[in-house]
Amino acid sequence: MRAYTPKDDVQAKAYYTDRYYVAPQVPKSEVETDEVFAADLAAIKARFEVKEAYIQVEQMVIFINPHDIYGVLELMRDELAYTQLSEMSAIDWLAKDNTFEIFYQMLSMTKRKRIRVKFFINNGEAVDSVEKLFRSADWSEREMFDMFGIEANNHPFMKRILMPYDWQGHPLLKSYPLEGDEFAAWYEVDKIYGKEAREAIGPEIRDTARVDRYDSERFARLGFEVPKGTKITGDEPRNSQEYQEEGGVFLIKKYTKEASTIVDDPQR
Amino acid sequence: MAQVKNRLRPFFENITFDREDNELVLNFGPQHPSSHGQLRLMLHLQQEQIVKAHPDIGYLHRGMEKMAENMIYNEFMPTTDRMDYIASSSNNYGFALAVERLIGVEVPRRAKVIRMMLLEINRLMSHLFWLATTALDIGAMTVFLFAFREREYLMDIIEGYCGARLTHAAIRIGGVPLDIQDTFISQLKTFLDKLPQNIKDYEDLLDSNRIWLMRMEEVGVISTEMALSWGCTGPMLRASGVAWDIRKEEPYELYDEVEFNVPFSDKGDNFARYRLYMEEMRESAKILYQTIDMYAKCVKDAETELMAHAPKYISAPKLDIMTQNYSLMQHFVLVTQGMRPPVGEVYVPTESPKGELGFYINSQGGPYPYRLKLRAPSFWHTGILTDLLPGHYIPDVVSIIGTTNIVFGEVDR
Repeated sequence: MRAYTPKDDVQAKAYYTDRYYVAPQVPKSEVETDEVFAADLAAIKARFEVKEAYIQVEQMVIFINPHDIYGVLELMRDELAYTQLSEMSAIDWLAKDNTFEIFYQMLSMTKRKRIRVKFFINNGEAVDSVEKLFRSADWSEREMFDMFGIEANNHPFMKRILMPYDWQGHPLLKSYPLEGDEFAAWYEVDKIYGKEAREAIGPEIRDTARVDRYDSERFARLGFEVPKGTKITGDEPRNSQEYQEEGGVFLIKKYTKEASTIVDDPQR
Repeated sequence: MAQVKNRLRPFFENITFDREDNELVLNFGPQHPSSHGQLRLMLHLQQEQIVKAHPDIGYLHRGMEKMAENMIYNEFMPTTDRMDYIASSSNNYGFALAVERLIGVEVPRRAKVIRMMLLEINRLMSHLFWLATTALDIGAMTVFLFAFREREYLMDIIEGYCGARLTHAAIRIGGVPLDIQDTFISQLKTFLDKLPQNIKDYEDLLDSNRIWLMRMEEVGVISTEMALSWGCTGPMLRASGVAWDIRKEEPYELYDEVEFNVPFSDKGDNFARYRLYMEEMRESAKILYQTIDMYAKCVKDAETELMAHAPKYISAPKLDIMTQNYSLMQHFVLVTQGMRPPVGEVYVPTESPKGELGFYINSQGGPYPYRLKLRAPSFWHTGILTDLLPGHYIPDVVSIIGTTNIVFGEVDR
């Protein structure tokens, strides 16, 4: 029987798992241990609901409600001096509980502190764009849409950014295989010749880099290559390739190790 | 806007007239030599002035974040080389540091010194490359040849260390794989002694060059607000009046022990960025001189450790692997299955030559990262072209793209 593979997470799985293994945790500390973070958290808590907050690896992580994101970032930018949105993206938890986790990495240059603002949304929901607050979110949100299919409300140009505009599927979803799906495999062929050409072209020619490891005619016959379809007899002539003309060509001397000089001073 | 009909619709390659007014759309790239890789710019022009710019990226997208989710941590290291391939050790380092923070290991001092040397050499290589290519775009062929000559020397030093010139993979999670070669210090010193004169040569050629000044001064002005809003970092931010250098503000490795200045400017134009790159090269040289002394002290104190001792995550030294059974077993497990960092997440920023290079890693305790986000500075330095280019003229586009110092391995990842 074929081994069962979950379709909602087709990424690489650990070959060996110990069922009694309890993974250690990266230590988390209370927000109160850091004065700056505690003050920031109090300011945010005064106006918005904060579900969870802790410090991990010197950065504060807070969980908020999805609809509060614009307000929280505006407060952080205007009153708490978190003037830069370094990064934002999503994490795919669809296999676990059908949600996405969205994180916003904030930086305050005056306080030298970084806060990660996070929330969860359900599959199919959109986030509020923060592009009006931070222009950097313009491209980040487009990238998130491209990679996960999460749309941002009120975004000026919600289009794919890295993948081609007519691509199907969102590559960073856990359900998207590493080597791409069928659409990805046939993208060029479909686009240039049309779907009906798939059969005529076939998978071998489609991928020019394809190496059939069982092909003993052309694979691993360096120096003794033969055309496809030739009967291998074992006494093929050597077709050696000369990369240097014997005796050199005009203006170019043949390299010999003895005649070469080593330059010690590159700025000679 | 006067509606002048294009009665004669001439056919020009690469130019489309798709509106019934004077605006024309120019496709700049993706194969244009001065687009620094695979950048496609759709420029809406009124005469020669740009009214709208639309950068189109993704031509070099290889899905590194996806690859990372399917690779063990050490396996991903050579892939990071292919991000900012002009200074690949700084990518290696950013990733290594992120994983080290995640698993909580401290790197031995000697390894730290070697890493700092590699990082600063990479910064110099990157800045020299920037100078060479930007000067070439503007038309300064001599500077291109000069700067590439110096960069070649640095690449020789790096080649002596790790065997590669472009994709170094010279840093490991937990330290460095090798000690520096015997000739490393002497070669580096020779280079550094000549560097001030070299930089002066470039400046003599460029600083009072009329063409250079026309393309640089008062062109591509980025205000402080714009730089902050667009997530600019590194020289792009410092040229706009914010003296923010992660090496100084959030020191990693031994950057708090070395003395260096953070040059910045409040002009925000191309020329400010050019001056900044030159000054940063001088500061890097200053740091490198200090690391040479630090390395000599490490040798004197007989600090020979190059990799952190954390048997759960990092293989033992080769001697132990070859002589002790348990080390061999651990090595086997770490190579075949990969390390399993604790459950948690980490975002680690480092100051790469281009700006803030950040690695966000979400680990669920498995041998593969559950999510890895690469925060590459060039991504936003490309995005800012949307707001920066309108109002400028076509020749300025080339110099603005040049001074943003974008590398497409990093933009598209």
